[in-house]
Amino acid sequence: MSAHRSAPSSWTARVRDAAVRAMPPERLLPDEQPAYMSSWVYIFGVLTLASLAVIIGSGVILGLKGPAWWHYTGVGHFFNSIHLWAVELFFFFTVIHLWAKFFMAAWRGGRARTWASGAVTFLVAVPCAFTGYVSQQNFDSQWIATQAKDGINSTGIGAFFNVLNFGQMYTYHVLLLPVLVVALVLAHVLLVRRHGIVPPLPLADLRPPTS
Amino acid sequence: MAALRSPRSLAGVLLAALVNLNHPASYVHAGFFQMSVSNLVVIGLMVVVFAAAIALPFRRRHEDEQR
Repeated sequence: MSAHRSAPSSWTARVRDAAVRAMPPERLLPDEQPAYMSSWVYIFGVLTLASLAVIIGSGVILGLKGPAWWHYTGVGHFFNSIHLWAVELFFFFTVIHLWAKFFMAAWRGGRARTWASGAVTFLVAVPCAFTGYVSQQNFDSQWIATQAKDGINSTGIGAFFNVLNFGQMYTYHVLLLPVLVVALVLAHVLLVRRHGIVPPLPLADLRPPTS
Repeated sequence: MAALRSPRSLAGVLLAALVNLNHPASYVHAGFFQMSVSNLVVIGLMVVVFAAAIALPFRRRHEDEQR
């Protein structure tokens, strides 16, 4: 065996080597974190992830039973309520997570993509929730859809994104947008693992200037 | 009134009695600013939780428990 290892010929080996170089196992699944993480303010990211897991779990059950199920069964109503309140908590924790990271200037130290992926995830999650509100199949969803129609049409994308089309909105809600949200969240978490948690702002910046 | 005797219905009545939601939403309106009271309550709660997360001490391991 030669001292210099030649480049692997197969693309799978090259992808594997690049993945391990970018994300060594000890960085992907660390068993300790910096001391400055000993604060409750660092917990909202994982609370957002927990909410997302409940959203997906309850959403899968609702999807398996169909969009009308929650109207005529108590169990369906229960899972619909779980789904709704998990969404409320998801946005509650996401917004606090964004506030915390904004005031930490969490894009420092080559973490711009981490910050941007989190912000974009929030922006994509908003229409993901809105398409759920117009998929309720009740008077509330009809009211929301007819109001949203005028707003969407004023942007010029009403021909492609028709909020009065239940089938289209339901597909966006249960497939297209959730896949995008989960993919963005995965990318965000991997970027956090790769670059680490942003350290606190240096105290030197807070001292008054000396003459 | 027979339905009210079941525990499930009674719990619903008691919960509903805490906050009367059987009316159109209340709004705060000042000039260009308009927002429902429920949304303002949620935003206020987020500010309170954010401030509490910064202010409240996080449980640390004692020195002798550390590796």
